[in-house]
Amino acid sequence: MARREIQEINAGSMADIAFLLLIFFLVATTMDIDTGISRLLPPMPEDEELDDDQEIRERNVFVVLINKDDDLFVEDGFYDVSELKEMTKKFFLNPNDADDLSEKRELTTEYFGTMQVSKGVISLRNDIGTSYGKYIAVQNELAAAVNELRDELCMQRFGRRYNNLDPLNEQEANLIADAKKVFPMAISEAEPKSVGGN
Amino acid sequence: MSKFKKASTKGLKSINTASLPDIVFMLLFFFMVTTVMRETNLKVSVIIPEATEVKKLEKKSLVSFIYIGKPHRNLQKTFGSEPRIQLNDAFATHEDIRDFITSEREQMNENDQKQMTVSLKIDQDTRMGIVTDVKLELRKASALKINYSSRKKVDEALLR
Repeated sequence: MARREIQEINAGSMADIAFLLLIFFLVATTMDIDTGISRLLPPMPEDEELDDDQEIRERNVFVVLINKDDDLFVEDGFYDVSELKEMTKKFFLNPNDADDLSEKRELTTEYFGTMQVSKGVISLRNDIGTSYGKYIAVQNELAAAVNELRDELCMQRFGRRYNNLDPLNEQEANLIADAKKVFPMAISEAEPKSVGGN
Repeated sequence: MSKFKKASTKGLKSINTASLPDIVFMLLFFFMVTTVMRETNLKVSVIIPEATEVKKLEKKSLVSFIYIGKPHRNLQKTFGSEPRIQLNDAFATHEDIRDFITSEREQMNENDQKQMTVSLKIDQDTRMGIVTDVKLELRKASALKINYSSRKKVDEALLR
């Protein structure tokens, strides 16, 4: 029996095989990042606890209604979605202390000191026939209004953009928390009514 | 000078490609690790709405998905064309959501359970009635962190 020397395997095609696999994974990879609007749902009320333990005065409620035809009703009349942001900002800021906009209370925070903040709450109600796209558009405008208010506050006091603050940095995280205290995302959603005869 | 001439007269030497497979394998492993294969087959068609105030969803392992939309065209014969809820791989009703949340929760660490987020991937033409039912069920299941999945809207002013 002739003892043969063990032949070396030709590794020349290894690169080709690896390339083939590489291209497969390149094509199959989807690097999409999920994005969206985050919200916190209110917990279910315990048994028969009274729903409204504190009375909210009417001027402190910013009424936003959407009907089954996707019309937007804000406070006193029909408006376009594009107008909602400015109206919301005005409602919370109430620069001239008007009677029909939100009341204010004092709040002391570490970073912003003592300042007058709004007592206002947004009440959002939709019909069961409202389209989801419209609902998100309205939610988005309301979120944009609050974010802009926070942004303006941070810009005024610290010359920093709210959105550029880094939540991993301890100091900046505290700043974010304080800005959230001054302008909370106060949206209360009521159970939808079926008024559209859908 | 003579040094350089000597080198050039030797002729073209082929580049050593022995390390090429290593480089390619390195890239390959990178893509293999980062690839996330789609786990669920979508049975409903979902076009999520656009928004500007979107935030990234972090930690995919903490996120559960609920899809709502019209069944795909080839399934419409059996399931109708009304928007339906899809959990995992099957159609469901809003009564199934509580069981779904419980089972999703059980798969997580105890520490992570509090941070569980439910991502709602809902077609933009869906009526709010079904969405409200789902939200009510989520509240009952005390899965309160939700995320209305939406695409980042491109600022038109920037395009001009």
